[in-house]
Amino acid sequence: MTQRIRAFAAFWYDFVVGDDWLIAVGVVVSLALTYALSRTAVPAWWLLPLALVLLLPLSLWRAVRRPGH
Amino acid sequence: MGSEALFIAVFLACVVEAAEATTIVLAAGTARDWRSATIGLASALAVLAVVVAALGPAVSEVPLRGLRLVVGALLLVFGLQWLRKAILRASGHQDRHDEDKIFAEELATAAAQSRRRVGLVPDWYGFTLSFKGVLLEGLEVVFIVLTFGANQHDVGLAAIAAGCAVLLVAAAGLAIRAPLSRVPENTMKFVVGIMLTAFGVFWGAEGAGAHWPGSDAALLVLIPAVAGFAVILVALMRGSQRAAPVTAEGRG
Repeated sequence: MTQRIRAFAAFWYDFVVGDDWLIAVGVVVSLALTYALSRTAVPAWWLLPLALVLLLPLSLWRAVRRPGH
Repeated sequence: MGSEALFIAVFLACVVEAAEATTIVLAAGTARDWRSATIGLASALAVLAVVVAALGPAVSEVPLRGLRLVVGALLLVFGLQWLRKAILRASGHQDRHDEDKIFAEELATAAAQSRRRVGLVPDWYGFTLSFKGVLLEGLEVVFIVLTFGANQHDVGLAAIAAGCAVLLVAAAGLAIRAPLSRVPENTMKFVVGIMLTAFGVFWGAEGAGAHWPGSDAALLVLIPAVAGFAVILVALMRGSQRAAPVTAEGRG
């Protein structure tokens, strides 16, 4: 039973999070910051594009420098 | 987003997923038993139909802002993962997706397994191989159809686009009884990654309370901007590529 629950959790982790957890965490943090900024008078639309510009190269860099590459 | 853009985005994404599912079903049928592979395919489609019937109306009932926040977050995560993989492949840092190679690997693995009859299924391994492959790839199709469709208030059109893609790929697979290696899957994955990421940024920001300058027209800037950024990253990584390709990551 424990194995099945683990397998089920592993399936959903792989389906949603995928190869690099940093992307999922970065997206959630960026959305939270966007929400916080949207409650102020400052425009918040630029935060997610900025997160994209930072997250994608960082994730690529992590993939390239992995052992075995 | 217009109806044409909705149709194209869903169609392209679903062709990629359907090509991968078709390769697995063909491997199960060729190496094991066609009846078991077909029962596996039909069973997975039935499960997917239940998922759509259960989630479709529920998704449509969610308030648009909450829906865009959740969908935007998921699309952005999916899109960035697709784009990351596509850039690694395009720059030579990871093996390109090769349906012929995957088909040969699936055949070899499937042929090595012992045969076991379970109920109406003559070969349980062939059944589970086909069932799992179609269910996993199909779940991604269902997600794309429901999220894109619900956001644009046109789940019907998204479903038609997905249906066209699946039928086209399944018919081609059945006709040639071979993996669809001529589908330009790496290029399509690159394009779909760009679209998922751009829509994820747009809907995610809106769902989180941000307002885009120019409203929906911002997408006309976002999509080419994401594409341009991805192309620049490929060029930069090609320049720095000097070691053997990464092969340890998933094949999707």
